Amino acid sequence: MNMNPALRNLDSLHPAVDETGVKERAAAIAGRSVKKESKVAAIKMAVSMIDLTTLEGKDSAGKVHAMCQKAKFPLEGAPEIPHVAAVCVYPNLIRTAKSALEGSGVKVASVATSFPSGQSPMKLKVEEVRKVVQMGADEVDMVISRGEFLEGNYDYTFKEVQAIKEACGEAHLKVILETGELETFDNVRRASLISMLAGADFIKTSTGKVQPAATLPVTLVMLEAIRDFYNETGKIIGMKPAGGIKTTKDAISYLCLVKETLGDMWLTPDLFRMGASSLLNDLLMQYRKEQSGVYQSAEYFTND
Amino acid sequence: MTFREKTSAPADRSITSGGSRGNGTAKKAVWEYAPSAESTEHIQLRDRYDLFINGKWVKTRKYFPTINPATEEKIAEAAWASKVDVNRAVLAAEKAYNNVWSKTSPKERAKYIFRIARIMQEKAREFAVIETMDGGKPIKESKSVDVPLALAHFFYYAGWADKLKYAFPNQQFSSIGVVGQIIPWNFPLLMAAWKIAPALACGNTVVIKSAETTPLTLYKLAEVFQEAGLPDGVVNILSGAGDTGAAIVNHPKVKKIAFTGSTEVGKLIMRSVAGTSKKLTMELGGKAANIIMEDAPIDQAIEGIINGIYFNQGHVCCAGSRLFVQESIKQIVVKKLKHRLKSLRVGDPLDKNTDVGAINSKMQLKKITELVNSGVDEGCTLYQPECRLPDKGFWFKPSFFTNVAQSNRIAQEEIFGPVLSVLTFRTPKEAIEKANNTQYGLSAGIWTDKGSKIFKMVGAIKAGVVWSNTYNKFNPASPFGGYKESGFGREGGLQGLKEYLNF
Repeated sequence: MNMNPALRNLDSLHPAVDETGVKERAAAIAGRSVKKESKVAAIKMAVSMIDLTTLEGKDSAGKVHAMCQKAKFPLEGAPEIPHVAAVCVYPNLIRTAKSALEGSGVKVASVATSFPSGQSPMKLKVEEVRKVVQMGADEVDMVISRGEFLEGNYDYTFKEVQAIKEACGEAHLKVILETGELETFDNVRRASLISMLAGADFIKTSTGKVQPAATLPVTLVMLEAIRDFYNETGKIIGMKPAGGIKTTKDAISYLCLVKETLGDMWLTPDLFRMGASSLLNDLLMQYRKEQSGVYQSAEYFTND
Repeated sequence: MTFREKTSAPADRSITSGGSRGNGTAKKAVWEYAPSAESTEHIQLRDRYDLFINGKWVKTRKYFPTINPATEEKIAEAAWASKVDVNRAVLAAEKAYNNVWSKTSPKERAKYIFRIARIMQEKAREFAVIETMDGGKPIKESKSVDVPLALAHFFYYAGWADKLKYAFPNQQFSSIGVVGQIIPWNFPLLMAAWKIAPALACGNTVVIKSAETTPLTLYKLAEVFQEAGLPDGVVNILSGAGDTGAAIVNHPKVKKIAFTGSTEVGKLIMRSVAGTSKKLTMELGGKAANIIMEDAPIDQAIEGIINGIYFNQGHVCCAGSRLFVQESIKQIVVKKLKHRLKSLRVGDPLDKNTDVGAINSKMQLKKITELVNSGVDEGCTLYQPECRLPDKGFWFKPSFFTNVAQSNRIAQEEIFGPVLSVLTFRTPKEAIEKANNTQYGLSAGIWTDKGSKIFKMVGAIKAGVVWSNTYNKFNPASPFGGYKESGFGREGGLQGLKEYLNF
């Protein structure tokens, strides 16, 4: 069925996933108890893994500039809190972000390929990716063409990712599967494997524009695909759940999921990111609470 | 161990591309879960537990210590019921049956049982902590399985108490009288609930004996009965050893015996009641086949294997102790199993993150060790993950054997510990033959993505419970029990009611 020789590997990677089992396992890991010093460490680690994101039509230089400040120095008076991993913006705001973040170590990620729908010709998408890289994006977050994938045109998905990867050059490629539209875990696993075979550096759950976005079970399915792909090929691929991760508890559950599925090696911003906007302040609020023993009002934390 | 900050400044955060990584990475940061022990402050335990007979605490001559298998420290003392005590308990139960319980309307019986369930629910945390301290099982399991399921059984059978004629329409039936119940140490509270709830719903009175190593939660249950105002003598609770059990079994006024435990003791009981009119239900040992077909969802099957054999340290009669893997996927399954074993957390049962707790007793540890040694001696390949076990207490690493044949001792005898035998098969037919080639028949598991295969296999496997694409799932509405030497009679569901009635 798969004409592409690279996709012959697919069946040997066992695509079947049992939904009930995945949900049970994800819930079990989410039940881990992370308290005291390990909670503080988790909060810092989570901050360092955030792709601080704004993806709205009304985004402006002012908004992005402010967000970049927050990305560099998340909490006033707390230098022990690391900066976030990256900011994630639309192509038109790459330059603003780039100059605001210069020398900070915070990367600039841009969405591309007719984000969020991906419904435009492949040629245009490749062109767009070349453009965003040229504008200075360190990382590119692409979307796969879900329509083609759902039609069973896996070869198209493979070639699409492959072409975009090539257009990325030195920039790093995160492939958004939009799991909320793929719907089944079998589809998610298959799309994960195809993306990795085609050269993804990261696989990512969602655009944040479709519900459900990131969930623990869907992330578990993708992490297991990453593990199997690593065992099969030796290649290390990163993971990025995005959308809907709002609380510290959520974030810690994701860290537990990574730790217990892929191991400590993956617990680094190089290999694990969380795409979020409101998560950061909840992490900071919990951090302050761990320090002082009391919760502070949300008004003590700047929005950007 | 806690998270160590990266020593170098996080300046270089570049994502190296998909190829090899790890070269030049700074010292690896390790993030660990801090110890998270469940508090034991709220539990109330006495130093010494007398027998619970006729609604009162009754002293006896001998007492024995019950210890925490994770620390070897004594928790309390429990009474060792003698033949005289057993007689007293049976007479109390008989009196309560004749004078009170058989005259109590079914609706009233239901009220008592509902009340028991609700009080248990209020004390759920205390029950869970004591169950874990006395038996060594992870607090995670006693909180999410033992206690909720136990009270679910009371709720379920409370509902049936006044609806028995709808359960068995057009049939004449009556309660039995005094029933004797003997339960094991692996799920003390849960097994008590399985037995007491249907017995009471059907209008019987009870003499129940806990296992030697785990008497405490049953005595806590006695306190619940007192609080619920259950009439004196309706449930009498004893602790003791084999002689206590024998006295219950042989007492002429006990009309029915419900036993859960080893096949060996089950056979002894059957011998001693042979020729009497006593009714029997036996829930005995097992050596369940957990069958993984090549089209199975493998990662979820791995969880099923883990849950099947390492749940409650493998002290589970329906544990999936024989793993049958289709040969085409054997390598990948063994590889994934090894990987998964590494993330199992063995240690303090009261820690909320512990996956595998302590072995229930020194005796059981000895038995497991002996059987595992026999496996090694017979040439099977043993795998155990690296993990540090606590210095005190009874512990056994989660283990599995490969290169196992049906004829090996470890593949035939019930180990009742965290030890799995991995066997292989080539075709579904062979899997069925091998799964059934045992004297036991309590449970089995089948993993395949194909529904038609599930139905074919389930019909062919001689086991009381067959799970598909899951394992160790229990529900009060679902009957549980065995084929062959795994016993007879069913507990749970309508079938479980039937065992406590005369038709």
